[in-house]
Amino acid sequence: MARFLLLRIVRALVTIVLVVTFAFVVLRLSGDPAQIILGPEAPPEAIAAFRKAWGLDDPIWLQYLNYFGAIAQGELGRSMRDGRSAIVLVTERIPLTLALTVPALILKLGIGIPAGIYAALHRGSLADRIVMALAVAGFTVPSFVLGLTLVLVFAVQLGWLPSGGQDSWRHAILPILTLGIGGAAVLARFTRSAMLEVLGQPYIRAASAKGVPWHQVIWKHALPNAAIPTVTIVGFMVGTLIAGAVVVESVFSWPGVGRLLVVAVANRDLAVVQCILLLVAATMVVSNLIVDFLYGFLDPRLRSGAETAKAET
Amino acid sequence: MTDQTLPAATAGEPIEHSARARRIPLLVWIAIGWLVAMVIIALFAEALAPYRYTAPDLRNRLAPPGHALHWLGTDELGRDVLSRLFISIQISLLIAFGASLISAALGTILGFLAAYFRGFIEQVVLMLADFQASMPFLILALSVLAFFGTSLVLLVCLMGLFGWERYARIARGLAISANAQGYAAAVGQLGASPFRIYLRHVLPNIASTLIVMMTLVFPEVILLESALSFLGLGVQPPVTSLGNMVGYGREYITRAPWIMLAPAVTIVLTTLAVSILGDHLRDKLDPTLR
Repeated sequence: MARFLLLRIVRALVTIVLVVTFAFVVLRLSGDPAQIILGPEAPPEAIAAFRKAWGLDDPIWLQYLNYFGAIAQGELGRSMRDGRSAIVLVTERIPLTLALTVPALILKLGIGIPAGIYAALHRGSLADRIVMALAVAGFTVPSFVLGLTLVLVFAVQLGWLPSGGQDSWRHAILPILTLGIGGAAVLARFTRSAMLEVLGQPYIRAASAKGVPWHQVIWKHALPNAAIPTVTIVGFMVGTLIAGAVVVESVFSWPGVGRLLVVAVANRDLAVVQCILLLVAATMVVSNLIVDFLYGFLDPRLRSGAETAKAET
Repeated sequence: MTDQTLPAATAGEPIEHSARARRIPLLVWIAIGWLVAMVIIALFAEALAPYRYTAPDLRNRLAPPGHALHWLGTDELGRDVLSRLFISIQISLLIAFGASLISAALGTILGFLAAYFRGFIEQVVLMLADFQASMPFLILALSVLAFFGTSLVLLVCLMGLFGWERYARIARGLAISANAQGYAAAVGQLGASPFRIYLRHVLPNIASTLIVMMTLVFPEVILLESALSFLGLGVQPPVTSLGNMVGYGREYITRAPWIMLAPAVTIVLTTLAVSILGDHLRDKLDPTLR
């Protein structure tokens, strides 16, 4: 168990290092950072000063190490739009994004998992087919199409709800639905296949053969085992709480982190983009770590140290 | 040419197995029909489009579908929606095909390298694959676009990085098991170079699995491209793509919803058709893939 967790922590650190390296390489490859950040009309003295301040004349490996140092100290630069600290700009948008993504996550879990389990237990029934058809639709309909369709129906045709903005809780309903429906479909499909796989295992047959009541077989044997792969995808969903609403926020003009990212990309506001990239990486890594801890909790084989098979994949 | 591989593979390969396998469900036929239509439209978009996709018809702006001159209506500049739709299908499929080929090739090569060298190189490839799988691709793509600006070539290359880790993992796993089988060792004993073994002997044996993988990744590539273009960060005007049309069409969602609905429906039906085909191929060729 300890070795398993240690491996996972090492992997998390490697991911962080890779993301920081990615940001560094992309920044350096895209040209002279001084030119890019200060703009093409910047006077040569300003560029020289910037190069000196950022250590751009140092050897590349030293720049690389300094970059890590700067990030560790939370020095993520300033937005070139209004000169405010990128971290402050990003963090003040986080609650707005969470106001959409957390209810959407609850919706996904509340609909997706029960629907998947029900479909698996009633395989081939009408309900199963409906769930599967909806799940395929949820996968193939892009969120912006779903969002705009909801706008067309509930805002334009029926006039029940506003089509965009964030003035009241009513503005949040359509974006939450858009995020929740798509995710619920994916989760239902995933839960169903995990559950079906478990139900096909010999130990389920053994349990029911020795006379364990069926509901107990489901609750005690099938569900805990089916939970293991489902936890992975839920973990991914938790990891995307901050950045998972990029498209939906744009559809509904919701001023969260995703909207900030899109505007920053369009304006090439690099400090903000880089800050969001690192923030997303950090949340992904943390949620992956939590998933790994949960794995250890859910899967007794990992607890007892037989983790080699798992670590291989 | 590459456009034809998908329908050809469905029509040709799974047929010989048994009487049951010979029956292709109606739904799959419909999916194949839709995809063939899309490929034909993509190949002959300029010839099939009734107007130039940028040509304005100022007297018929925002004309609804069913108009005598413009079957699917016109947009705010009086440009023919049907013509724009055809060109958009061409551009979106071009990007999706190009990107899928790049990511399949890249992933397969990295997977083969991992299987051939094992050890350190294998660990590096697996680590990169883990990294790729654990980061939301849209965020990585947006950061790259922020740093480099947008261009069609960059877009195709960028999307070519999407999904490579899935090909790499599969190619590595299959190549390792192929190495354990007799045939790879046999041609090796006969003096074939590793390059020749992997290209001429291992690759053909695992190609069906890789093709199935491609049909599973392809819809996601279309969705990703359309999302980027929808956000205004993918294909740039005057060039148009399906996501791009939806993105600009949404400004007119109250007055002229058809501008956005035509490409939206096309995206949904195309990804749906590829998914149906992919699921069918997976069941027929390689049930082991999930």
